[in-house]
Amino acid sequence: MSVASSSEAPSLVVGGTRIDWIEKGAGAPLLFLHAENGIEPARAAIDELAGHARVMAPTHPGYGRSELPKGMRTIDDLSYFYLDVLDQLDARDLTVVGVSLGAWIAAEIAVKTTARMARLVMANAVGVKVSDRETRDIADIFALTEPEYIAIAYSDPKVGTRDYKALPDGEVLAAARAREATARYAWNPYFHNPRLKSRLHRIRIPTLFLWGSQDRMLSEPYGRAYCAMIPGARFETIDRAGHFPDHEQPKVFAEQVLAFARGK
Amino acid sequence: MKVYQFTEQPYYPAWQDHSGSLRVNLLNRKCDPHVAADLFHRYYDEWQVADELGLDIMLNEHHQTATCMSSTVVVGLSVLSRITRHARLLVLGYPIGHRPDPLRVAEELSTIDVISRGRLDMGFIKGVPYEFPASNQNPVGVMDRWWEALDFIVKAMTTHDTLFNWEGEYFNYRQVNVWPRCWQQPHPPIWTTTGSSTQARLLGERGYVMATLGSGYNTRPLYDSYRRGFVGKWGKAPGPDRFAYLGLVGVAKDRDEARRRGELVAGYLRSSGIVHLPFRNPPGFLSAEDNARLMRGETPPRSYTKDRRVISMHSASAEDLVAAGILFCGTPDEVYEQIVDFCQYCGGMGNLLMMGHAGYLSHEQTVDNLKLMAEEVYPRLKAWQQPDAAAIAAQAVAADKQGSRPASARVGDLVDATMATR
Repeated sequence: MSVASSSEAPSLVVGGTRIDWIEKGAGAPLLFLHAENGIEPARAAIDELAGHARVMAPTHPGYGRSELPKGMRTIDDLSYFYLDVLDQLDARDLTVVGVSLGAWIAAEIAVKTTARMARLVMANAVGVKVSDRETRDIADIFALTEPEYIAIAYSDPKVGTRDYKALPDGEVLAAARAREATARYAWNPYFHNPRLKSRLHRIRIPTLFLWGSQDRMLSEPYGRAYCAMIPGARFETIDRAGHFPDHEQPKVFAEQVLAFARGK
Repeated sequence: MKVYQFTEQPYYPAWQDHSGSLRVNLLNRKCDPHVAADLFHRYYDEWQVADELGLDIMLNEHHQTATCMSSTVVVGLSVLSRITRHARLLVLGYPIGHRPDPLRVAEELSTIDVISRGRLDMGFIKGVPYEFPASNQNPVGVMDRWWEALDFIVKAMTTHDTLFNWEGEYFNYRQVNVWPRCWQQPHPPIWTTTGSSTQARLLGERGYVMATLGSGYNTRPLYDSYRRGFVGKWGKAPGPDRFAYLGLVGVAKDRDEARRRGELVAGYLRSSGIVHLPFRNPPGFLSAEDNARLMRGETPPRSYTKDRRVISMHSASAEDLVAAGILFCGTPDEVYEQIVDFCQYCGGMGNLLMMGHAGYLSHEQTVDNLKLMAEEVYPRLKAWQQPDAAAIAAQAVAADKQGSRPASARVGDLVDATMATR
């Protein structure tokens, strides 16, 4: 395994691309794929998960300080990048947990192969088109002001509100890079791959949809419809959480993920 | 010196009732097609007047906006290539990074060059931030797409004896052979705009005509970057014909009337920034580093007067706009002096893109504005001796070598995005 450590943060080099890489805890292996808001908001959930599992949490190419390979611009590209990561680590029996855009990546990986995966958790997942062509499934976050966006994405807007003037430079830059990277991957088609829906039947491992029930960027019926596209997938909600349940309810989120990972 | 008459072809009747946004989401219910038809015909009439007066013509396009009804510049170019006789027809610009099909662009522009018998100037632009929600083109990576589209268009216009194949990062064609082929050889002149010194240098290496808009007394560093790029690549200095500047113009025999015209033309600046906040700065339009600075509340100064006072282009008085070289306003003598003074500051500038109509300026005022400019200012501008291009370029190169280059001017993109927070 080629986990390189810089003075600031551990990283992993895959195919010549360096990405930030968190690895902590002991137990069954769990890959955590962060949402479009970056790795920072997920840190508490990662810590909770690491209490009972060996958590690996990459920062996606283009986010945080992770490099962006030339030509990478779709979630499909990202899924192949992570297939290379899993090969390089020779991962086995992984529980893969994705939140929102991270769940979309997880689904794109899983429709290609689940050979290295035991279980899949999709939290407030994007990635498919559910309604007719004139009904918007996913709120146009790029047409909202930041306060408007926070108001629909969070159960408690205070959790999502950040004072950029008070944050360290690196975190502000990471937030700016997150916004750019998200647009790179999800601008058009908007937060979905029209081809994905017809491939989801290929996912034949136990799958759990977790849903922050106060999400107003996506609706719960959207999540249930998405869930129904994966054979045997289960749907559970998390109360007092919006689009990022890992951020708003890290403890409950981790408990539900770990219970599922243990086969419950 | 050439002078191009420009209007954005505004639908100004909607400017009073916009709920905070004149672009993207101002509903088209507010557009009366009968009023729009009258306005289009009026603007074409005024361009015909400009043609008869010996001025050249500039057109542009924007999308989903009452600030500019021209949503496809090819329509205006088509009409004008038929109804004008002598004027150069400059499109500045054609937002090729947004277009799905650059072959179509090459075909349109070649056709217009032929119908106009070689009067087309092709300005290609990135486009303002607000175009992205309308085109749904991804703002991230748009300049990569822009460069590929440009390279393709040039190849399509200059390939005559074989069909060619193009399988690039963004565009794919297998049997390219543009009919009709363009009139001007090897292709119509290429223009573009920039607000970045890095890009200016690159444009100098390409030798394209470089235009700046609203850069006022912050223009010189951009021009000097261009000069360094040009000298490095071509081994000689770029002439003033390589530089263009968009200036608002309000001229009248009577000072008070000139001031009134200046105020009305400045209505363009006061309306152009009225856009729903999230559309002002789509992700990827600026670099992540620039966005991080904006998020921290660091906003760069927007426009400078000659004596380095900072002003806001969108709210400044006519006096301050004149002091900043954004508006040329007064009697013909005064306007001549202001323009020459500005060109001197630039180290030479050969193409004045004159916004001779904007906002509520009436037809009569516009025609008089054009006549005075053409008859009393333009002849003197043509006779005026531009600064020595070789000496100016040598200074720019020497300043670069000594590391005494002034802080790079970043005016274009950041100006549009300054108000954005997300």
